[in-house]
Amino acid sequence: MAMSREEIYEQVKEALVDALGLDDEDITPEATLMGDLGAESIDFLDIVFRLEKAFNIKVPREELFPAEGVLNNPEYVSGGKVTEKGLAELRAKMPHTDLSEFEADPDVNKIADLFTVQAIVNFIESKVNG
Amino acid sequence: MRWIWIDKFLEFESGRRAVALKNVTLAEDHLHDHFPGFPIMPECLMIEAMAQTAGILVGESRRFEEKVILAKIKKAAFYHYVRPGDTLTLHAEIESIAPEAASTVGEIRRGDELIAQISLMFSHVDKNLAGKKFPEENFVFTDMFHSLLTGFVETHPETERLR
Repeated sequence: MAMSREEIYEQVKEALVDALGLDDEDITPEATLMGDLGAESIDFLDIVFRLEKAFNIKVPREELFPAEGVLNNPEYVSGGKVTEKGLAELRAKMPHTDLSEFEADPDVNKIADLFTVQAIVNFIESKVNG
Repeated sequence: MRWIWIDKFLEFESGRRAVALKNVTLAEDHLHDHFPGFPIMPECLMIEAMAQTAGILVGESRRFEEKVILAKIKKAAFYHYVRPGDTLTLHAEIESIAPEAASTVGEIRRGDELIAQISLMFSHVDKNLAGKKFPEENFVFTDMFHSLLTGFVETHPETERLR
């Protein structure tokens, strides 16, 4: 059965509140996971597990958080910037994320800002409602 | 020497759940300082005992090929003091497991009485290093940990090699 975007958002919010020890009001669609919500690498796996349980789906970590694979590939990063090739890879792997701002200044340090609550909701929506 | 915080396993279902037992005794030095005249088991050591119970469960499910490291305490709630003479049982279950990590839920009980609820995340550390290198040998699962499982699981050729 298709889920509404609000229903998905509420469950994503609950997973984030539990995984990161936050209050409901800390979570906004625009909040970035690392910058605003303080998530660390192990938290991403915690979040993945919670989402799998909440939505009864399989969430491969590299699908939801593919940036690691890109950052570790020397072809995709040069001089602290993500290369054109790397950007193409990100676009292909993160169809649920708006990359337009990042593409203007693809500083690797800003890659963390791509992971927003919104991006997770988009990802889950594509999985659940296919 | 490793500080082992469980005495033996009572039940072990590979990849699913395990129950370990810990006898608390005044022969444990630290109880004389925690606290003088009022010895109680430190809560952090209850977490360690659960981490060992659940960590062995997680490690065994991948035949001890992964270095399983405690990465996150998701929940730790304590309801009663634990005193010398108490026998604790540690009940751990694997909730989720992936190539990079596992999450477990667990309870510590004294008889039927709930003492603590402890949920943990473990990292399979070699899969989470972004290219950094750790020693080849599995420094997590030492002989003492393996010997705790004697009689519960068949010895895998891989674990035999690690000994």
